[in-house]
Amino acid sequence: MAESLVVEHEVHHPALQHHFENLEQQREAGTLGMWIFLVTEIMFFSGMFFAYTLYRYKFPLEFASASNHLSLQLGAVNTVVLIVSSFTMAFAVYNAQVGRQRRLVISLILTIILGLTFLGIKAVEYRDKYKDNLIPGQLIPGHKYSPATIHLLPGASPQHTEMFYWIYFAMTGMHALHMVIGVGLLSVILFYSIRGRYDPEYHNPVEVSGLYWHFVDLIWIFLFPLLYLLGRHIEHGGTPLH
Amino acid sequence: METGWISWLPEAASTLAGQVDALYFYLSGVTAFFTLLISGTVIFFVIRYRRRSPFEIPRPVAGSHKLETIWTIIPLMIAMSFFVWGTNVYFKQVKSPKLATEVYVVGKQWMWKVQHSTGQREINELHVPKGRKIRLIMTSEDTIHSYYIPAFRIKADVLPGRYTDQWFEATKTGTFHLFCAEYCGMNHSGMIGSVIVMEPKEFDNWLTGNAGNQTPAVAGQQLFQSLGCTSCHGMNGEGGRGPTLAGLFGRQQQLTTGGSVLADEVYIRESIVNPQAKIVAGFTPIMPTFQGQISEEQLLQILAFIKSLHIENPQQPVPAASPATSPAQPRSSPQLNAR
Amino acid sequence: MKAIEGFEPPAPSKVNYINAQYGLKSWLLTKDHKRIALLYLASVTAFFFFGGIYAMMIRIELLTPRGDFLSSATYNKVFTQHGILMIFFFLIPAIPATLGNFLVPMMIGAKDLAFPRINLLSWYIYILGGAITIWALLSGGVDTGWTFYAPYSTTFSNSYVVLTGVGIFINGFSSILTGLNFIVTIHTMRAPGMTWFRLPLFIWSHYATSLIMILGTPVVAITILLLAFERLAHIGIFDPAIGGDPVLFQHLFWFYSHPAVYIMILPGMGVISELIANFSRKNIFGYKFVAFSSLAIAVFGFLVWGHHMFVSGQSLYAGMIFSFLSFAVAIPSAVKVFNWTATLYKGSISYDTPMLYGLGFIGLFLIGGMTGLFLATIAVDVHVTDTYFVVAHFHYVMVGGTLMAYLGGLHYWWPKISGRMYPEGWGRFSALVIFVGFNLTFLPQFVAGYLGMPRRYHAYPPEFQVFNVLSSAGATILGIGTLIPLTYLIWSMRYGRHAEANPWHLPGLEWRTPSPPPTENFTVSPVVTWEAYEFAPPEEMEVVGTTHHVRLEDAPAAGD
Repeated sequence: MAESLVVEHEVHHPALQHHFENLEQQREAGTLGMWIFLVTEIMFFSGMFFAYTLYRYKFPLEFASASNHLSLQLGAVNTVVLIVSSFTMAFAVYNAQVGRQRRLVISLILTIILGLTFLGIKAVEYRDKYKDNLIPGQLIPGHKYSPATIHLLPGASPQHTEMFYWIYFAMTGMHALHMVIGVGLLSVILFYSIRGRYDPEYHNPVEVSGLYWHFVDLIWIFLFPLLYLLGRHIEHGGTPLH
Repeated sequence: METGWISWLPEAASTLAGQVDALYFYLSGVTAFFTLLISGTVIFFVIRYRRRSPFEIPRPVAGSHKLETIWTIIPLMIAMSFFVWGTNVYFKQVKSPKLATEVYVVGKQWMWKVQHSTGQREINELHVPKGRKIRLIMTSEDTIHSYYIPAFRIKADVLPGRYTDQWFEATKTGTFHLFCAEYCGMNHSGMIGSVIVMEPKEFDNWLTGNAGNQTPAVAGQQLFQSLGCTSCHGMNGEGGRGPTLAGLFGRQQQLTTGGSVLADEVYIRESIVNPQAKIVAGFTPIMPTFQGQISEEQLLQILAFIKSLHIENPQQPVPAASPATSPAQPRSSPQLNAR
Repeated sequence: MKAIEGFEPPAPSKVNYINAQYGLKSWLLTKDHKRIALLYLASVTAFFFFGGIYAMMIRIELLTPRGDFLSSATYNKVFTQHGILMIFFFLIPAIPATLGNFLVPMMIGAKDLAFPRINLLSWYIYILGGAITIWALLSGGVDTGWTFYAPYSTTFSNSYVVLTGVGIFINGFSSILTGLNFIVTIHTMRAPGMTWFRLPLFIWSHYATSLIMILGTPVVAITILLLAFERLAHIGIFDPAIGGDPVLFQHLFWFYSHPAVYIMILPGMGVISELIANFSRKNIFGYKFVAFSSLAIAVFGFLVWGHHMFVSGQSLYAGMIFSFLSFAVAIPSAVKVFNWTATLYKGSISYDTPMLYGLGFIGLFLIGGMTGLFLATIAVDVHVTDTYFVVAHFHYVMVGGTLMAYLGGLHYWWPKISGRMYPEGWGRFSALVIFVGFNLTFLPQFVAGYLGMPRRYHAYPPEFQVFNVLSSAGATILGIGTLIPLTYLIWSMRYGRHAEANPWHLPGLEWRTPSPPPTENFTVSPVVTWEAYEFAPPEEMEVVGTTHHVRLEDAPAAGD
């Protein structure tokens, strides 16, 4: 009973923090930490998904009309951009694992560029909405919400299209904020990658950032159909879903 | 009113009050018994097994699945008895009887406005006869309130943009407290009043004595005309460019979406403030919204008018949607159909 | 207890986490979980007394039926701010962020939490959130009630709703980060031999608490964000005027805020499990049942939020289901109480201060839990919801439960935390005063509530006065009762008797290292070979201490 472990101080990796026994434990903690963080993120978005479900059920025609006003092209391009960025991110993680420094840096740069492209396209979309006075409420002085440019489906009440637009801006805005944070995070990882901090033994920050990036992509994969696609068929003679 | 220095129970003045009190006594008895039993056991153990020498180490125990099962099952069964009884009484509280006198209540910061179906209006008071079932149809002009009559053991939130209801049958004459129970701003504690229960005869006198007001239905009819509803719905709701209103209340209404909806207070209100929400099959969405143009009280009057319209030759109700059509769910939120 | 063979308690002058470094900077930039716990201890104490001042103002106002002490506008702000400070800034962080922070790593044999920097960050977030909230309170305050019900909060209130909301939103992240840190730590940092079923129950309850923190807090965060958004932009998220649904707000709010009640009480139950087992020197009866009941409470706790809304206009059947589930969630709590009682059987029960607080907890929690059954019974709830019955009920659970457990735990681990003993006589006296004061304050409120006195009333009909006078008298005793420990605990930090490594003679890992512990908690990593609450003769117990003692001889080598 009196035995106790003595930490092998002489061999430890420079990246090992003092309170961990070994790198393996540190890696495990980091990864689990990110997974748990992502669970909280899901809960964070779930509040908005719940509101979306409730109000879509309440105002299906209004939601369809407002959704049809979004640019399907820009949304689809953005979806592709994000899926490709997930691929380059996965490539970055792989290269970090096998220690290919140059490829790691290149795939990180690509991922960041794709992320910025997404945000750029999103900004164009927001600008269009601003021009059409579709920013909900009185967020922007002098540009009170006005559904004038929306082609209303028969039976849709104009004032309730605002319910769609606040949800649209709340959800895509929160998503864009996560993208901005992701780009910042990857920039830090890129900085350390260039300085050669990661090796096959220690590359957990790359992996964990990858997890975060994939998660943010995944949220978009849900947002795109919910906000852009659902209800398009009504214009073509379908009946609204409940 | 009060017999002792402290009264432990509020007056019980409705048919439901006794039932709630009986349940309360049962709960009090059972929980008091177990509270005393457990705390008694704890106190006994604490004294009996107090530490006698600083180094004594008692024998460790192994748990007992049998005991754990017993003290999981028994509380569960007792709890289920509370559940069954409580839900049973609750159903009686919530399900309004069909033949009840309706009284309209509008809550607003910080007063209760009441209108009887005969036209009498009151503020912060509610006169009701003993021994008759009264159903309150309630809405709010601003924030959430809650209409609470402790002596009747009833309470229900009063929400803006929606109707809620509750009912009671008073069993005792007298004056009872009326409180707003949902915090509603600065003068929340001033949003109180009294419920005055009278003998039916006295009540009828009170009603005629306070006459002079129009009934809500008559006032609603005037509104119906002055707001121009008649141009589409006809002078007596016989219909035209808009759907027929006569005999509408309580019927299933076919919608353009293929579903159908029960024409209740909630539906009629929605059709006035948000006419586009549910379009009756065969009609076009041409009706303008009246949101912001009529007050909650006027809405209630129009509602009373529509309810008063009957058809000369009652037809069969429109059959409900055939199973082939998309779900026959009303499109409102689940809460909207509550109660 | 001096005559333990092979073990000499380290001399008090040894380097420990308190005197390892000096200066304000060494505290404000510390990554040591023990120091962060002390930062939290100081801040939650400050918030507690801040919230307590509001409580006294409420009790003074309610002494008379007429609103003569405060204006109704002020009174509304006072009870709102009492609720906000006490719930978000005292009750939620009280046990996890102070005792949990200090003890979770020590009890599982780790050197620190998994993410020490995030731990410090969570304290700063807490302080930032608190500062913004206090700023909002001082610049005019908020009058929506701590529940922020829409549409009052979105449209009608003329107070600092957004600023307060931002403060609470920010504070939420502190809670999320603490929960995340605990879960990862408990999963990955347990010492060799510390299996899941050797964990002290304090750890299990913190694990369950952390689950609620990470799953529930984000929902209230987004809800409050949307509320602020609606207020600023005038859109109809929750306001029916544009199609929003005020009841949606209540659903989202209670989805977090009901489980939040368990964030407050579960850590308290963990403390009580420690106190009951350790001060009766018995292994806890039905260890696994107590452990899993914590998890059951965490899970079921997410399914019962609708019982706050029985009269809100939700459907009849929703009410029925929520009523049923609310009864179900009561069962795990009952199981805990039965197991605690069974643990006392044939124990060796001491009457030390922490145990008195622990026994007080059982008494108060019993009443709190039993009255919860009244509220789950839907027909009775219709009558008593939004009355003083509810106020009394949740104070019994949250103050009678959490505060008693917090104070009990604080006394229990005070020797470890501060390295000093508090005066025992005063300790027992304070436990008694708080118990009596508490009951006098809140028992009459049950009666007032059933008689129909609504809550949040600034003035009330005169027949309720007798209960309010009793309540105010009790509150005075309770208030004084909380000042007593504050005084002597501060006093003891300087003048108290030096504490031994293991003053209570207990087997837990935290007692097998000096008081106060060194920065690294254990100078050698402990290996656990004993079960939880395995009491043994003294000579068999000081394993880690013995090793530590040996290692002390070559201390410089271990402290690099």
